[in-house]
Amino acid sequence: MGLEAAFGEGYITSKVEFFINWARKYSLFQYPFITACCGMEYMSTMCAHYDIARFGAEFTRFTPRQADLLLVVGTINHKVAPVLRKVYEQMTEPKWVVSFGACASTGGFYDNYAVLQGIDKIIPVDIYIPGCPPRPEMVLDAFLKIQDQVQKYRVLEQK
Amino acid sequence: MSQAVLDQLKGRFGEAVLETHNRFGNETALVKKESLLAVLKFLKEECGFEMLMDLCGVDHLPETPRFEVVYHLKSFSRGYRVRIKVRIAEEDPVVDSAVSVWKGANWYERECREFYGIKFKGHPDLRPLLLYPEFEGYPLRKDYPHKKRQPRLPLLKPETR
Repeated sequence: MGLEAAFGEGYITSKVEFFINWARKYSLFQYPFITACCGMEYMSTMCAHYDIARFGAEFTRFTPRQADLLLVVGTINHKVAPVLRKVYEQMTEPKWVVSFGACASTGGFYDNYAVLQGIDKIIPVDIYIPGCPPRPEMVLDAFLKIQDQVQKYRVLEQK
Repeated sequence: MSQAVLDQLKGRFGEAVLETHNRFGNETALVKKESLLAVLKFLKEECGFEMLMDLCGVDHLPETPRFEVVYHLKSFSRGYRVRIKVRIAEEDPVVDSAVSVWKGANWYERECREFYGIKFKGHPDLRPLLLYPEFEGYPLRKDYPHKKRQPRLPLLKPETR
């Protein structure tokens, strides 16, 4: 075991980048931007039955400045689009965005004058969750995929 | 049940009540635009319709007159409901405001103005209610282009589906 054997018990070796990302991915602070009925599925994912705390993401922040995961949950219309953009811009780097449900991802069945046809028209998106609304299992799956992305983040080479 | 109200209305206003019907149990009277405010006042003060439940616009595009405003009234004291309709021409989309009769008409009329472009004469404040200030046009009119979008931000990519 090389170095660890030389230091004795209680030491492990790792890479700095791996260690920071490992810590980061199990403590995702999320900012839920909830505008519609998908919020119900978000709540059920948060609560005891599905329990997102198992993945270290139970700590909801209600200011974007303290969050590193933006969950856009529900229909985004043109009226509220500048608000969403401002919330995204207020988040500190590094940040990830989940588009939760059909409406946030594509506009859903609202193909009309009022609704933005997918939030990727105004902010970059990392994971799209399909469904109207998505099952909590799909949300948990999206969290695992976000954790994979966090693990791959290059801490030492800034974007 | 509200047939009595329609009869009362016809007796009082005569020619101003253009048509009444009772389809699906919905007692409805089509009245002339000029006497609308008098009809509404009469219904509130003498027939006991305390509440304006809803006010909405309708666009019957190929027909003339093109627009219609529908007032849904409810009387709690008698348990009656009645609908009053008024037709409005496209060239002069103005109708008297009902705010002086029911205060609750305020936001309904603002909504109707921004979605159909029907103006309400005597309304205290006809600012847009739901749409954003830079929105142009009247989106619920039948001739509003189906695919027309008015984004407030420059988009990163075009809105295609």
